Amino acid sequence: MQIPIDTHTLPNGLRVTLSEDHTAPIVAVNLWYHVGSANERPGRTGFAHLFEHMLFQGSANVAANEHFELVQRAGGTLNGSTWLDRTNYYETVPSHQLALALWLEADRMGRLLPAMTQEKLDTQRSVVKNERRWSMDNQPYGTWWERLPALAFPPSHPFHHSLIGSMEDLDAASLEDVAAFFRTWYTPDNAVLTIAGDFEPAEALRLVGEYFGPIPRGAGRPALPSFAVPATFGDPAPRTVVEDDVPAARVLCALRSPVFGSDGWYDAQMTAAVLGVRRGSRLYRGLVRTRQIAADVGAYTFDLSRGSDLLVVDVMGRPGVPAEELERALHAQLDALQALGVEEGELARAQALVETDLIRALQGAGTRADRLSQFATYVGDPRRLNEEPERFRAVTAERVNAFAAARLVRENRALLVYVPRTASVAA
Amino acid sequence: MIPLETAPARPGPGQPRPWAFPHVEMRGLGDGLTLLAAPVHTLPLVSVLVVTAAGADTDAPGAEGLAALAARAMVEGTGQHDGASFALAAEQLGTAIDAGADWDGAYASFTALAPKAEAAMALLAEAVVAPAFPSREVERLKGERLADIAQTEKEPRGLAEEHFAAAAYRGGSRFARPLGGTRASVGTFDAAACRAQHAARWRRAGSTVIVVGNMTVDGAAAMVERALAGWRGAPAPRVPVDDARTTAGRRVLVVDRPGATQSELRVGHVAVPRTHPDYFPLVLGNAILGGLFNSRLNMNLRERNGFTYGAGSGFDWRRQAGPFVASAAVETAVTEPALREMLAELEAIRAAPVAPSELDLARQYLDGVFPLRYETTGAIADALAARVTFGLPEDWFATYRERVRAVTGEQVQAAMQAHLDPTAWQVVVVGDAATVVPVLERMAIGPVSVVPEQLP
Repeated sequence: MQIPIDTHTLPNGLRVTLSEDHTAPIVAVNLWYHVGSANERPGRTGFAHLFEHMLFQGSANVAANEHFELVQRAGGTLNGSTWLDRTNYYETVPSHQLALALWLEADRMGRLLPAMTQEKLDTQRSVVKNERRWSMDNQPYGTWWERLPALAFPPSHPFHHSLIGSMEDLDAASLEDVAAFFRTWYTPDNAVLTIAGDFEPAEALRLVGEYFGPIPRGAGRPALPSFAVPATFGDPAPRTVVEDDVPAARVLCALRSPVFGSDGWYDAQMTAAVLGVRRGSRLYRGLVRTRQIAADVGAYTFDLSRGSDLLVVDVMGRPGVPAEELERALHAQLDALQALGVEEGELARAQALVETDLIRALQGAGTRADRLSQFATYVGDPRRLNEEPERFRAVTAERVNAFAAARLVRENRALLVYVPRTASVAA
Repeated sequence: MIPLETAPARPGPGQPRPWAFPHVEMRGLGDGLTLLAAPVHTLPLVSVLVVTAAGADTDAPGAEGLAALAARAMVEGTGQHDGASFALAAEQLGTAIDAGADWDGAYASFTALAPKAEAAMALLAEAVVAPAFPSREVERLKGERLADIAQTEKEPRGLAEEHFAAAAYRGGSRFARPLGGTRASVGTFDAAACRAQHAARWRRAGSTVIVVGNMTVDGAAAMVERALAGWRGAPAPRVPVDDARTTAGRRVLVVDRPGATQSELRVGHVAVPRTHPDYFPLVLGNAILGGLFNSRLNMNLRERNGFTYGAGSGFDWRRQAGPFVASAAVETAVTEPALREMLAELEAIRAAPVAPSELDLARQYLDGVFPLRYETTGAIADALAARVTFGLPEDWFATYRERVRAVTGEQVQAAMQAHLDPTAWQVVVVGDAATVVPVLERMAIGPVSVVPEQLP
């Protein structure tokens, strides 16, 4: 199955991907800026995400929150999200509203700063602090997605620090920071724009040229610290035990793995599926179904594109099961795959699941656009999306075994262990 | 920076292109089984969804959670497969057979690549027609439900929802207890109970099979008839759930979570059934009040005051009266002003007509976004399942958008006045009792009581 993909680059460096599909009168507009928490300077953790909030606070020709209102009034859906090494903004709208979605994105890419005020920044700072409390501080195990990257990358590494940010650093963020971050990173030559769905290419390109064409290229981006890390943690691999107000132990194991889009990344996807995706996976069969020491298991990658990705294996214990037992069982499963290799049937199962998921995901214009932007940003070519099925099919048992031998080793298992707080500690 | 005057003018809309919900064909397959088939040939995918009247509404008193447990256990072993090999068989086809129950019905479903649909349908049929309910797997699922209860008791959103339901309904209502059951009820279940639930409720007569995707109607009918040929019987009669409100008036329940950094707020009461004639004015009214990002609750609590990451409201639509509830998680220190603003917005939507611009926003959004909701075969199948469950007319999807457009501001205000009752608010606050109880008592909303961090 192939989707049509056409690419263009504006003189200001904005890369544009078009993918036509006239099945339904729906069109998706999707912008990836190649900036995330990795680009934050010391003392400003959480800023990339706070900045994402500010992009909904208006621009020269759009009032605060009017972006949301105009898109919803047009019958569309929208949002944005921040990750370690990218930030995305997207709208899915009825196709006759394509111009509006493009115009809104261009107005904030070109003319954000006139709309920025201290009051808006203070309010969004407060919203984001509440987002931190809601998603992390007031949620059982909520700190895992701050703790795991901190465990898996050294302190100087761009992926080490918190994406949501510390309260202290959020307090320190200023309007000067907003201006500097915008001028440095939110430039057309640091972004990719994808339009997917029901549109006429000539008209879409005309609109893109009119709205985005005049926005000047950036003045250059500063070099970031090196993303390079060794392929494994070394002996002993990091391990952190967290006593928390949780009802059951949970063990999260992060393994350094090859970056998004590399051949090794496909090997990691297959290994993740064999280990922890759905009820037929090794960990589910072993820990959930047979031994009944875990309530659920999972395995997935962070999809990082620089230095190293992380393959995460996640084991949620049954209440009363000691963390040490979960850890031993997890190690035994990883040891077994590393020592004995994968069976052909397991690999066929993993490939069948991945293929269905891939095609299911392409049903929605928004997902199609987002994946095209992902490949354009991370590997420089959105056409890679059409190669996904064959790249997954090309993963052989030998490749999974080679991946397991290199990456499932003990010295590549960083462990984050949650244990229920004991009464004496809580007092 | 480009001078402002050279910025391109804000564009208007182009010419809308027509859109229609996929054509759905209904066929009787004999002995009370119905097929709804919607051919959609965009991608080589097929979604199948079996809907039957075996929801949590059928749980007997003391057996809360049996509908959910039995439905889940159906895919944990059949005449031909044990639980592990059943899961593997589906996954080797690139899919999974899921089964479960919600308040008004139970379902079994999959989405597969079209060439695998026939084989996946055969597996689904094994689970629906002849589940084995192995004791070991039933006991495991019970253990997982107990683990789930333990997790919910440490999770503020889950705690708030379960305590709100318990407060809102009259004691003894099925809707006052968790869908998945309590420790006491789950403890009583065994394989025999699951078998009895299946024998009484998962019957051919009255059930519907929905097939959406890359398959003709004849192809779907042949596939379903072949797979479900052995399915027989009619279900036991359905007894309506007691959906009456609590007789208690306005009151405040604090679920104590010592040291919590936020208060999870819930305000609401039992509202109306899905088929109520005021459905559309209520949907529009709720969009304005708390359904949209630019709704009054979110603009006030989040965008003006920064009290929360998000505030909203919603009607939980069920065959019988489900709850209306407004919600937000707010920093502990602002519990009082946040709750005050929430209560004020709930009063204001009743007190004065909605502004024309607000009504237009809600109407245009719900009208315009309608096609976007049905981009996937799974979403189309779910929508048809809702049509079946709620007994909606066949022209539901064809007329939805014009009915949204026809709602007036007067109708919205009248519906909000008729169905939101500030004297009946049940207020639940999951948070640090030591901090919030004095505040809530000062606010004099109603009597304040405190319970520990446990499920009701």
